[in-house]
Amino acid sequence: MPAASSNAALRVTGLRKAYQDVVAVNGLDLEVRAGECFGLLGPNGAGKTTTVEICEGLTVPDSGEVELLGMHWSSEAEQLRQRLGIQLQDTQLSEKLTVHETLRLFRSFFDQGPGADEAIALVQLEEKKNSRVGNLSGGQKQRLALACALVGDPDFLFLDEPTTGLDPQARRQLWDLIEQFKSSGRTILLTTHYMDEAERLCERVAIMDNGKQIALGTPRELIASICAEHLVAFSAGAKSQSLDLPALRKISGVRDVRSEKGTVEMQVTELHLAVPALLAELTRQNIPLTELSTHSATLEDVFVSLTGRHLRDE
Amino acid sequence: MSETTAIPEIRARAAEKKSPRGKTFAEHALVQLTIVRFLETLREPEALFWIFAFPILLAAGLGLAFRNKPAEVLKIAATSRAITQSLQREKLLAVQQMDSHDAEEALRTGKIALLAVPGENGAVTYRYDDTNPEGRTARMLADRAVQQAAGRVDPVHASDEILREPGSRYIDFLIPGLIGMNLMGSAIWGMGFTVVDARRKKLLKRLVATPMPKPYFLLAYLLSRILMLVLEVGIVLGFGAWIFHVPVRGSLLSLAAVCLIGSLAFSALGLLLASRARTIEAASGLMNAVMLPMWIASGVFFSAQRFPDVVQPIIKALPLTAAIDALRANMLQGANLVQLGPQMGVLAVWMIVSFVLALKLFRWR
Ligand SMILES: Nc1ncnc2c1ncn2[C@@H]1O[C@H](COP(=O)(O)OP(=O)(O)OP(=O)(O)O)[C@@H](O)[C@H]1O
Ligand SMILES: [Mg+2]
Repeated sequence: MPAASSNAALRVTGLRKAYQDVVAVNGLDLEVRAGECFGLLGPNGAGKTTTVEICEGLTVPDSGEVELLGMHWSSEAEQLRQRLGIQLQDTQLSEKLTVHETLRLFRSFFDQGPGADEAIALVQLEEKKNSRVGNLSGGQKQRLALACALVGDPDFLFLDEPTTGLDPQARRQLWDLIEQFKSSGRTILLTTHYMDEAERLCERVAIMDNGKQIALGTPRELIASICAEHLVAFSAGAKSQSLDLPALRKISGVRDVRSEKGTVEMQVTELHLAVPALLAELTRQNIPLTELSTHSATLEDVFVSLTGRHLRDE
Repeated sequence: MSETTAIPEIRARAAEKKSPRGKTFAEHALVQLTIVRFLETLREPEALFWIFAFPILLAAGLGLAFRNKPAEVLKIAATSRAITQSLQREKLLAVQQMDSHDAEEALRTGKIALLAVPGENGAVTYRYDDTNPEGRTARMLADRAVQQAAGRVDPVHASDEILREPGSRYIDFLIPGLIGMNLMGSAIWGMGFTVVDARRKKLLKRLVATPMPKPYFLLAYLLSRILMLVLEVGIVLGFGAWIFHVPVRGSLLSLAAVCLIGSLAFSALGLLLASRARTIEAASGLMNAVMLPMWIASGVFFSAQRFPDVVQPIIKALPLTAAIDALRANMLQGANLVQLGPQMGVLAVWMIVSFVLALKLFRWR
């Protein structure tokens, strides 16, 4: 498919990387199309960072191929470096330098791109221009890291958990910045634990677990794939042991029921039918409700239905 | 998908963007790395203390402790008036007449170095501690005074001429030693801690993710050291010259050359020591293990000649020995660069070998 291939900004085939005790990436294939924002989702230790760092040319894979912007790390590393914007998962920039000094330094490595002042304006850090990096808030530090990634005017942007640890407001601010960059037609590969982040920013997502891709598609497709638009969760307090789960599965519109630590979760297609039926069934079993909640299905629920685990252990 | 961009387009755009206006000097990566490195050092208060304040405090302290004092007047006592009067002829003795109880007490507590007690028939007994040099000196001076008062005439006439030339005092020996020690300490610590810290914080990894040429990063460290060097040597040297009148007999240019090559050699050694360590603890252990023998053996505080002859070739091959020997030869004997050749050679070898090894071994992540 020549048409498709000329459209792939990043193509990864058969990627494998093992460390002493774990196989971090285990036979991964990925294709990121030019101009899209692609999300790599997965729990801690899924192999997201390892994958991204192999694509960035920082880690050498045990086997597999990476083709990035039509180039290869083995032969065109220097040109590639000029074209990439990179944010690593946990870099601490030098605390003793100011925002402006930091960006001037990073800018000096690239042949072209916005000047330090322009990059500062891009991430709205103007009033912090002369502050030491050590005195910035978490969100400001992340915006500075983003500016460092943008300062070479990259065609491809790698963002490894850009909003982890930030408060909701700082996250939204960073999302706006990423969307701005996206709208200028450049390509992004982003990793995250946050499903809402992926749903908001990414055209397509791949879900990773134990070094493998377990799902791929647009957020909408993936949610549709579990055939349940809604999730109902309830808890029955002390009585949960005597709960008759098979009976719940028979309720019409219920697709799946699982019970975990006293909380029961049900995947449901038609909420308006399932909830009254559930209440009636619980009354029949003589079980009092202590809690009941419903929400629309998210990527998180996709992950749970694929692996039986939650993305983040909370 | 009309809005997505195909790869050929991206490459074309890259090519078109890539007619960069020439970078100014200040925008060059090596210049930026050097500036940043220099700023980071200046903004590190603890490092500034060790580089600037510490050697000056050390020089001041040791300079005071070991200053060549004018011969000190020794305090002694006598229990009789006649002996007291005889002893007063000696200008280097301060004599007090005391009753025997007070005098014994003063001798026991070290307030006086010697007690002269009259014996039978005009004889004198000196009571003093012969393990105390002051006591022995006081004995000689007191006896001479007593004998001369009793009429002894020395057969040979002797007179004294006193020399206290700058250049031959302990402080003159010490200042070049401290400059050498400072060159080594600030270079090795300055390199080691910052490199390992940057590695620990993944800053090194972030930098190699940019198109930064890797040797620039290491070179910038060496260059910023040269900037610091002017300050750190200048301050210690200026202090020694101003307060203690320590001489600089050689040319300042060759002194600068010695400091430069010395600092580069130590910086390269520092890079080498920091090239793999992932924690500050590991790095500082390694750095101290390398520096400690040199502090002891390289003649910072006392001459390296005191060590046995068998180890002299090893001591001479140490970079700190070479640096200090060259500094002393320049400052105290006025040696020129040709005469400093052997030491400069030793330093150059250390510099080149360490830098090449560091480049090879360096762990960026
Ligand atoms: N340098 C390394 N040495 C040994 N093991 C490693 C190394 N880097 C990663 N691993 C292991 O590889 C696995 C994948 O790690 P990776 O960092 O890629 O996960 P991740 O998906 O990015 O996780 P997180 O969401 O926590 O960032 C983990 O089990 C990790 O312990
Ligand atoms: Mg990660």
